[in-house]
Amino acid sequence: MALHNELIPQADAAQLSPEDFRKIGANEKQSEVIQRESLSAWRDSWERLLQNKLAVTAMIVMLIIIIMSIIGPMISNFDYQTNDLMNTNKAPNSVHWFGTDDLGRDMFVRTWMGARISLTVGLAAALIDLMIGVIYGGIMGYFGGRVDEIMNKFAEILYSVPYLLVTILLLVVFEPSMGTIILALTITGWINMSWIVRGEIIQLKNREYVLASRSMGAGSGRLLFRHLLPNAMGPIIVTLTLSVPNAIFSEAFLSYLGLGVQEPIASLGSMINASMSAWNLYPWRMLFPAILISLTMLAFNIFGDGLRDALDPKLKK
Amino acid sequence: MLMVRYVASKFFYMLVSLFILISATFFLMKAIPGNPFMSEKAVPPQIRERLMEQYGLNKPVIEQYGQYLKNIAQGNFGISMKMQNKEVTELITDTFGASLKLGLIAIVVSVIVGVLLGLVAALYHRKLIDNIAMVLAVLGIAVPSFVIAAMLQFVFAQKAGWFHVSGFSGPLDYVLPVVALSAQPIAFIARLTRSSMLEVLHADYIKTARAKGLNWFTILFRHVVRNGILPVVTYLGPMTANIITGSVVIEQIFGIGGLGKVFVTSISNRDYTLIMGVTIFYGIILMLARFLTDIAYVFVDPRIKLNNGKEG
Amino acid sequence: MKKRSIVLLTLILALSTILAACGDKKEAGSTEGTATTKLAADQTFHINLASEPPTLDPAQSQDNVSSSIIRTLFEGLTNKDKDGNITPGVAEKWEPSADGKEYTFTLRSDAKWSNGDPVTAKDFEYAWKRVLDPKTQPAPPYAYQLYYIKNAQAYNEGKAKVEDVGVKAVDDKTLKVSLENATPYWLGLTSFTTYYPVNEKVVANAKWATSPDSLVGNGPFKLSTWTTGQTLEVSKNDKYWDNKNITLTKITASIVDSAATEVSSYKSGQLDLAGQPIGEIPTDQIASLKSEIPNELTIKGIASTYYYLFNVTEKPFNNLKIRQAFTKAINRQALIDNVTLGNQIPAFGLVPPGIKGIKDEFRKENPDSAYGKEDANEAKALLAEGLKEEGLDKLPKITLIYNTNDNHKKAALAIGDMWKQTLGAEVTVQNQEWGVFLQNRRNLNYQVARAGFGADYNDPMTFIDLFTSTSGNNDTGFKNAEYDKLVKEAYSNSDNNVRNEAMKKAEDLLIKQNQVILPIYYYTNIQLVKPYVKDVVIDYGGQLDVTHVKLLEH
Repeated sequence: MALHNELIPQADAAQLSPEDFRKIGANEKQSEVIQRESLSAWRDSWERLLQNKLAVTAMIVMLIIIIMSIIGPMISNFDYQTNDLMNTNKAPNSVHWFGTDDLGRDMFVRTWMGARISLTVGLAAALIDLMIGVIYGGIMGYFGGRVDEIMNKFAEILYSVPYLLVTILLLVVFEPSMGTIILALTITGWINMSWIVRGEIIQLKNREYVLASRSMGAGSGRLLFRHLLPNAMGPIIVTLTLSVPNAIFSEAFLSYLGLGVQEPIASLGSMINASMSAWNLYPWRMLFPAILISLTMLAFNIFGDGLRDALDPKLKK
Repeated sequence: MLMVRYVASKFFYMLVSLFILISATFFLMKAIPGNPFMSEKAVPPQIRERLMEQYGLNKPVIEQYGQYLKNIAQGNFGISMKMQNKEVTELITDTFGASLKLGLIAIVVSVIVGVLLGLVAALYHRKLIDNIAMVLAVLGIAVPSFVIAAMLQFVFAQKAGWFHVSGFSGPLDYVLPVVALSAQPIAFIARLTRSSMLEVLHADYIKTARAKGLNWFTILFRHVVRNGILPVVTYLGPMTANIITGSVVIEQIFGIGGLGKVFVTSISNRDYTLIMGVTIFYGIILMLARFLTDIAYVFVDPRIKLNNGKEG
Repeated sequence: MKKRSIVLLTLILALSTILAACGDKKEAGSTEGTATTKLAADQTFHINLASEPPTLDPAQSQDNVSSSIIRTLFEGLTNKDKDGNITPGVAEKWEPSADGKEYTFTLRSDAKWSNGDPVTAKDFEYAWKRVLDPKTQPAPPYAYQLYYIKNAQAYNEGKAKVEDVGVKAVDDKTLKVSLENATPYWLGLTSFTTYYPVNEKVVANAKWATSPDSLVGNGPFKLSTWTTGQTLEVSKNDKYWDNKNITLTKITASIVDSAATEVSSYKSGQLDLAGQPIGEIPTDQIASLKSEIPNELTIKGIASTYYYLFNVTEKPFNNLKIRQAFTKAINRQALIDNVTLGNQIPAFGLVPPGIKGIKDEFRKENPDSAYGKEDANEAKALLAEGLKEEGLDKLPKITLIYNTNDNHKKAALAIGDMWKQTLGAEVTVQNQEWGVFLQNRRNLNYQVARAGFGADYNDPMTFIDLFTSTSGNNDTGFKNAEYDKLVKEAYSNSDNNVRNEAMKKAEDLLIKQNQVILPIYYYTNIQLVKPYVKDVVIDYGGQLDVTHVKLLEH
């Protein structure tokens, strides 16, 4: 690749001389390199997305939640794990904006820390799904034939093993922690992504421009990463966006079973679970995490839908 | 012919997956440190060893695995480790009834309410009713079921006193759990129905039918609803999963003695044989639901190409 | 529609009047003319079980839920009254031998099984030998409760024959028991579930104790319904010899394992009793219950101790002064007032209140204030000295482990925080699953670990012998010849004064001189009982007895 870049002419046209020209002959690898970035389709989608007010709102909410989960714990004087036994279960007030929990810990900090944990779990699981899914699905779709058949069968078998059950089993056996939870969530989570990628690639690989590129001698890797995947990006991004809230929800469910992240750190789900024993007395302990998790779910889902509409003009009636 | 092959291959996959689940369950449980007979008060070692022997836990792992497979083939999941004298199979059959009742009611309610909501929303597209329906749908998706359940219980049982806080004896006792359990599926179905209805409503054949002057209700029920709810069929598998997951939590909150509650208890008790049994039982149900969905998918939508995997 | 419901209503009204009339008649007979407190017409007692009873076979029971139910279904040789005194049960009277090693029980002739068979001495002999039989499946976990009986342990371990076991039915009404040692508290154990009789005829069926059709008991109630995961119901047993003193007609137990739901159900009137030992009240709710329904919330001390173990074999807790520093650095009352919330009693010793001593309670005769008190400054000084002795310039990181449980978690977080604030210790609290936790504790793979112990019998020994060098429960690495000697002395002596003196010395050695454990609090039992419910008994150890409950009109 590096070699190719060196060969890209950078000289100014005004200073051209015959020495600047070289016969490139049959170097077709270079000839198919596209100089100009193909932005237009993306910009088009982007503009369509901006017209969708609901999706834009969702995007803004999403961004606010992400930003707050990063800086939220910092703008308070409290930290998420220090107990204050003299101030347990205090209602929201000017000192503790979201009140305190049963150990006197500040709920504002804990809620945003919880959001951070939930988002990390969701994003990490989604990204791992993406990586495995793209590679696996890419290989399936690109090579097709026997390879596709075997790999697809494997995926299908794995897919029909109910994933939450496997996740629960894994977490019963291995101590629940961020790492094991993410691992358990991704153990079968990537399959869906790989099918999306495979489907797209099968569709794309017979398109003219791919054929053209191939006939000009582009290698498999180049075809896959330069042509096929970028063009399959739309559905991939949509799937990615929609799998984040799924993972967050699954984590919340696991927390309910006591298989979520362990104290003193907490996710939104485990905070809700911890508040269940007396939420009628101390509703703020449940409400803030519950509102935040609902907002997160909403924002990701609506944004994902909007993204799908924007990326696929056919669907937009 | 293609159909038979398709069904056969799906069925084969189901069996292989089941085998994987069963094996994974076994080996994961074996990987747990300690033994199930430990307690705060030390059980004398000779008693513990006798227990290990009685549960066949002192044999080589491979031998245990073989025995385990053999037993499962005969529908025998062994004896619960925390509930003496109770067979896992017995515990499952004793409690599954309640879960099944609750689950089936929730499924029926979800489909009816979800389809109606979606239909109304589609008919009044972009009107107030559509917006309200979609807000409801979106809330159903966004709010975790245990939050919904806790709130329903607090407001309608504890404060208003209209329902029992817990228990599962009279028909009234079904109301709150069913509402909490079907909130999410209703939301999904409503969204699914709405978008497919919209698609159908804009289809040319409907326009033609209207142009021909056919009665609007005839059109609606002959064509729109019939075609519009097709995608709901494909939701059967995910919905089963959804309801099972939900019931695990809901049963706990409303004190319903179903399989979900047994599952949660077995996890917190670390009752290994029971965990294995319930996991496999759930696994079978979920796989069956998925298998049926896959088949229904083909029957319902002839556009699906049989030679392609999943992306249809 | 309307008409029908009116008819129904009339019917119900009529029926309930009749029922009420019946109830009144019964009351007149049974309550000896206490006219001021009228009994309710419906004597159905509603309770909740936080878990399915793992078993209803007395031989298998090892938890509070099952033993509470089994107590209604069976009766042992003796009973305990409200104040914990031993009263006659199936045995009318008993006679210890002069050396205290032999007991002769005479059984009452009117004791019957619920199927009509008479309860005989053979039933007891059979039941006890069944518990000890190495072939019994599954192996009864509490078999060791019978090890006081001569050759019981040897038989249970397969080293003696069944004939050698020291229990013999001389005839149908006479049971002779020989003990290994003269154990003064043994008689009290005969009211314990493991000592209950079983009917040999029905036990052949392995599932006899799981269904109302096959469960035959000799207690005041008999099993009438058991639907897994939903309800368990026992109703009055007409064949019980003392049934005239049983007021309840039925006990209905729902099976709900959510503490929050249990309290809501209680408040909404679905339950007459909630909380420990068969259910649970969330600690979060205790404060509000205290102010809301103070006369229904009953908190009673029980003979259990909550403490932390030090691993005395490893740095830094191999050092006595560091152990003492950690013990003195926590504020137990603050922990109780703000975290555990159950009016527990701050603990400085091992033996909890409620356990008998010579004349009074052991704890009253030997106050635990003798073992030191909390003092932040002294703790800091001790820590500095201890670190110097160990040649450390700084306290290493401390990990505190506990088994996964909400209350343990809160206590651990709070105590870790106190150590941090007073001693500047860097503390990590870590929860572990039960199996992992116990394994780590047994293998001394920890620094500080949670522990708790409830009395098996009403004698300090149930706690003291935990820490001998051979005890299966001693997870600290503490091995002390003098301690072992003191325990042995108490074991082999039947003079209660000598025994108590030895046990007092042992406790002093364990705590004051060695600080092997860090006592935190003595448990309490927290219960909600409706004001119209009378005679719910919680014994010294926290065991529940509802057999003699009466429901007043309300």
